[in-house]
Amino acid sequence: MVVKIKVRNISFAYDSIEALKDVTFEVKKEILGIIGPNGSGKTTLLKCIAGVLKSEGAILIDDMQINMLDRKEIAKKMGVVPQATIITFPLTVLDIVLMGRNPYKKKLEFITEQDIKIAENAMKATGIYHLAHRLVTELSGGELQKVIIARALAQEPEILLLDEPTSHLDVSHQLEILGFIKKLAIEKELTVIAVFHDLNLAANFCDKLMLLNKGKIFAIGNVEEVITSENIRKVYNVNVEIIKHPVTKKPNVILISPAKD
Amino acid sequence: MKAYYKKRWLLIIAYLSIALLFSIFLALMIGVMGPIGKGIPDMEKITAKEIFEILLGKGNWPATHKSIILEIRLPRIFLAGIVGAALATAGCAMQGLFRNPMASPYILGISSGAAFGASLVIVSGLGIFGIYTMQISAFLFALIDVFVVYNIAKYKGVTPIETLLLAGIAVGCFFSALVSFMKYISGEELRLIVFWLMGGLWGSSWYKVYITFPLVILGICVLLLFSRELNIMLTGETSAMHLGVDVEATKKIILLFATLVTAAVVSVSGIIGFVGLIIPHIMRIVVGPDHRILLPSSCLTGAIFLIFADTLTRSIIQPAEMPVGIITALFGVPFFIYLLRRKRKVKWW
Repeated sequence: MVVKIKVRNISFAYDSIEALKDVTFEVKKEILGIIGPNGSGKTTLLKCIAGVLKSEGAILIDDMQINMLDRKEIAKKMGVVPQATIITFPLTVLDIVLMGRNPYKKKLEFITEQDIKIAENAMKATGIYHLAHRLVTELSGGELQKVIIARALAQEPEILLLDEPTSHLDVSHQLEILGFIKKLAIEKELTVIAVFHDLNLAANFCDKLMLLNKGKIFAIGNVEEVITSENIRKVYNVNVEIIKHPVTKKPNVILISPAKD
Repeated sequence: MKAYYKKRWLLIIAYLSIALLFSIFLALMIGVMGPIGKGIPDMEKITAKEIFEILLGKGNWPATHKSIILEIRLPRIFLAGIVGAALATAGCAMQGLFRNPMASPYILGISSGAAFGASLVIVSGLGIFGIYTMQISAFLFALIDVFVVYNIAKYKGVTPIETLLLAGIAVGCFFSALVSFMKYISGEELRLIVFWLMGGLWGSSWYKVYITFPLVILGICVLLLFSRELNIMLTGETSAMHLGVDVEATKKIILLFATLVTAAVVSVSGIIGFVGLIIPHIMRIVVGPDHRILLPSSCLTGAIFLIFADTLTRSIIQPAEMPVGIITALFGVPFFIYLLRRKRKVKWW
């Protein structure tokens, strides 16, 4: 089954500051990247879709209103990976990944062999199976992020929301993590919505892009349609040159200078 | 990969349960008239065999001995166990919820609220509920304190942990000031207030056991039911929401029941410090941070620890007594420091 997310005219304001204005789009079985300058509403949009922030307008998952679902129902459909997670308690990697099974557990229900199998597969998919019994407090940033992704996969979600999942990591971890997420997205027919700061990473990783500016959708569509020097100059206020990536053939942004208004 | 820890957890619980039974018997034997104790000249000591038979309702033993064992010592030991278990479990839940090593059952100012409730009755001499007035007043003011704190911290249906903490400190200070005022205007009752504040189990009776036990058992069971949620919330509240935890509801339930058990025991024993703060830390070092084992083992260890501490208070300067809080700190702190230095598994400090 393939899940479809429909976002209909949503708006959100932090007290009096409007962060999102009338955002409407649809995603289905593809990787949608959200790009835009700081304060353009990227993370706010992701939080609204995750149901953490209550927005005006409607967010539908398979034609069901997200605010009609309880947290466990949402968690069965949607896994969320934040920018960085801080865990100060010496739990093991397996403990953390098994937390992903919580949406399927009733009170007093214990972890089953089945849950452990699912956790094992999630750890294998993210390349941390050998760390299963290590303490999360002893892991590097990259390893920990893989643990958190494995935990989201253990939820067996159909939707994956990523909030700058690799912004704290080195290039090798960045490519590795985005690589296996893309592979999983194809294998399991996931719908992925990911926020990015790095335009080139977004261009290479995503099927479609959405460029946000001041809480509104400035452009949405194929990577080539969104990543244009015109769009980038208007939204980010910088002059850029767009070239074709020699290997991936995707647009690549070369920064030139700040644009003068 | 095996479904690992279940077996280890059962063993821990079994060991601690045996230790609890053992400490109850040991505590029964220690005392002026007991097999372990200096005795009173010209009076026969109570033997270990006698204690067993009295407990089982067998044999024909002197009524005074029976009443020492059944009416004085046993309820006191039970009450010490209940108080210790309640404080340690509530403290453990609060530390997990606040993700803060300084958290104790008193973190939201419950102790100051209860102290004000008790001192109000002591000074005013009110007696609407007869001899129970002081306990009921302490209990009510503890609940009022947390109710006020919770509602101060609540904003748009969300209660951030940091705001709760600050509101707890503020409201606690307010009640502390009121307690100071009560002390200031009190005359001869000052001694009573100071004694109540130090906490102790000297006024134990079966009646106190009966009123606290159901509340404490209920509260502990509810807290245990939320151990998985507590674990998940250790990785952050937003993460917990993404993993299907209703964070606000969980927070409310944990606060409510931790408050309930704390208020129940504070109202019968006064403010006994240290147990609720340190026992969960000790157990975190010993069994690890997973609340599914940490909460029940803190509960049992809290009971064992307070039974021992209380037994010491009544045997060190026989026949007089010391406030149990002095003993808990004097003996608990060195042990805690030893564990802290030996095995720093939880890097909180």
